[in-house]
Amino acid sequence: MKTDTVNSATKYRLQIKILLFIIALSLSFCTLLLIVAQIPPFSVYRHILQGAFGSWNKLIQVLNVWAPLTICATGLVYTFRVNLWNIGIEGQVIMGAVFATALLRINFLVSFPLLSLFMAMLAAICGGCFWSCITGYLKIKGGVNEIFVGLGMNFLSQGFLLWLIFGPWKRAGMASMSGTEVLSTSFWLPTFFEFKLAPIGIFLALVVIAVSLCLLQFTYFGLALKAVGGNPAAALVLGLQPNRYFLSAMLLCGALAGLVGYLQVTATYHRLIPAISSNYGYLAILVAMLANYRILPIPIIALFFASLNVGSIQLPMALQIDSSFGGIIQGALVLSALGLYAWHSQTLQRTRRRK
Amino acid sequence: MNLTGLESIFSSLVAGATPILIAAIGETLTEKAGVINLSLDGTILLGAMISFVTTYHTGSLGLGFFAGALVGAGLAAIIAGLSLFFGASQVAVGFVLTLLARDLAYFFGSTYARISAPQIPPLPIPYLSNLPVVGPIFFNHNILVYWGLILIPLATWFLYYTNAGLILRAAGENPKTCFSRGINARFQQLIYSIIGGSLVGFSGAAFALCFKPGWGQPQGAEGTGWIVLALVIFGGWHPVRACLGAYLFAFLQIASLHLQNQFESVPAQVFQVAPFPLMIFSLLLVRLLEGDSHRNLSMSQTRSSGFWQKIFSYLTGPAPSALGKPFSTEADH
Repeated sequence: MKTDTVNSATKYRLQIKILLFIIALSLSFCTLLLIVAQIPPFSVYRHILQGAFGSWNKLIQVLNVWAPLTICATGLVYTFRVNLWNIGIEGQVIMGAVFATALLRINFLVSFPLLSLFMAMLAAICGGCFWSCITGYLKIKGGVNEIFVGLGMNFLSQGFLLWLIFGPWKRAGMASMSGTEVLSTSFWLPTFFEFKLAPIGIFLALVVIAVSLCLLQFTYFGLALKAVGGNPAAALVLGLQPNRYFLSAMLLCGALAGLVGYLQVTATYHRLIPAISSNYGYLAILVAMLANYRILPIPIIALFFASLNVGSIQLPMALQIDSSFGGIIQGALVLSALGLYAWHSQTLQRTRRRK
Repeated sequence: MNLTGLESIFSSLVAGATPILIAAIGETLTEKAGVINLSLDGTILLGAMISFVTTYHTGSLGLGFFAGALVGAGLAAIIAGLSLFFGASQVAVGFVLTLLARDLAYFFGSTYARISAPQIPPLPIPYLSNLPVVGPIFFNHNILVYWGLILIPLATWFLYYTNAGLILRAAGENPKTCFSRGINARFQQLIYSIIGGSLVGFSGAAFALCFKPGWGQPQGAEGTGWIVLALVIFGGWHPVRACLGAYLFAFLQIASLHLQNQFESVPAQVFQVAPFPLMIFSLLLVRLLEGDSHRNLSMSQTRSSGFWQKIFSYLTGPAPSALGKPFSTEADH
């Protein structure tokens, strides 16, 4: 969005105005839904807030959701920069988790927990890269739409995961939906005292944000990604290889997704479960869209989305309503944001043409 | 396997493909007009939930189907409206609506889980259903299956042999030319998105009131919407090819059910998921073998014509040129 004709003060004022509109629009939609369903709206919002920030434990849960969500959404900014839809991120998270678990199951590494934790991280990153590489390769060599390859890969990784959990890696005695055998505690990422907060996850998320911001903002690579995304034909004329940048954006996103899979296994669940990805991939697509495909707003939006996720867990217990209400708020926010961004850029174009 | 066994398999194949086929034809109409409705997976679920609840409260199947179609039309209108009049990305809006509609369905449907409502009764066609082999396969179903079977030639005839169909395809191929010929391409795209969307919502209703009766979480129709999208796109935007894909998918689902009983060592969950990747990758294979000119800019555009490539090129086709690119008269400089 080029707003060079408008000075920066009015630009910020406009952005705040749009933000307020987005919040007002989606909140009124959600409140209306609650009124239709004959549920007192304010008690729902109060329960969500309490569920997310009511105690230190809740806050830590929120942060544990925040870290993977932020990492995934940051990864998606790379692919969105080159106009690719990496819907396959869900499967890349799963494969990261599978590769990490596979490494942690190797027997002779048990005596070196720190080394194997580090190796598992590398393995997870490789897993995510491998999965995204297939999608990217089919896109650039076969010209197949990346959304559908990504979906196929998601289904495939889900099937593979289920096969592992119910087949070769099943818990001794009986296989169940509760997942594989819990990893030995030496393979758990260290936590703060009795709290379940894994500082390494938070730290990794912050590093990923900082590095990505620099990479996209201040390097030739970031500029090239932008050029390729804006107009691949023109980029080709400039001597850039669009395919190379498509693939590297996919690989970077896959690597970050794999890292999230690693965090899910070593920091959150300590085993493989059928829902190991926790839908963070799809949710991260929403986060990236609401951030208008920029890095800076991502941590804040991810924090908000994470608190919605954690806060709505207790809704079925407290008010007998389905916990998917958190998802409705998230969807309504992104939908109104898409509408308002589009409306805004259109009015901007119109006024410019009038000048 | 004896003849009656085969007959029953084919008969369940014809029935099982019906909701997929209806949704695929709806999406074909939408995409032929140049709009991508990515929200199918959510639309089918929300359509299923709304139609189930409507039928449960009113006792009327007709009202249930009408409500389902209305939901599909509404969601499609949001996508088409936002993209055609405000220039929002169709894929982005569609993706958000997929998740939003699914959550809405689970949210409002949670109190209606696992209760029973009226279902579509079977309606064997007199005389025809008594025919050997063909009778039980094609003429011993309910009215939805017949409607689906009629819809395939109907949609083909409409798209390729009527004036309205020609205008629809023109709007999807070149809205600018349409505009200069005095046709409001944007209006055409809006109308056919809504009609296509209502067919998708209708197929959701078909799931809840007939093929996977009832509502629950999960309902059983999850993931179907994505398969339908893949069918339409890899099937080259032709109703007949998309429907062939629908039958293939129904076959894979039935096969996985049968194989599940044969291989007890493999967990049942794997068989439930298996048809989805198998379907997408078989479509992918057709696409890759066909060696289409639909490739990236840097690739050479040679098109060889071996025997197999000719065969496969019958199975796919080129995309409508203006697919996903909303047209506005103001955007011209």
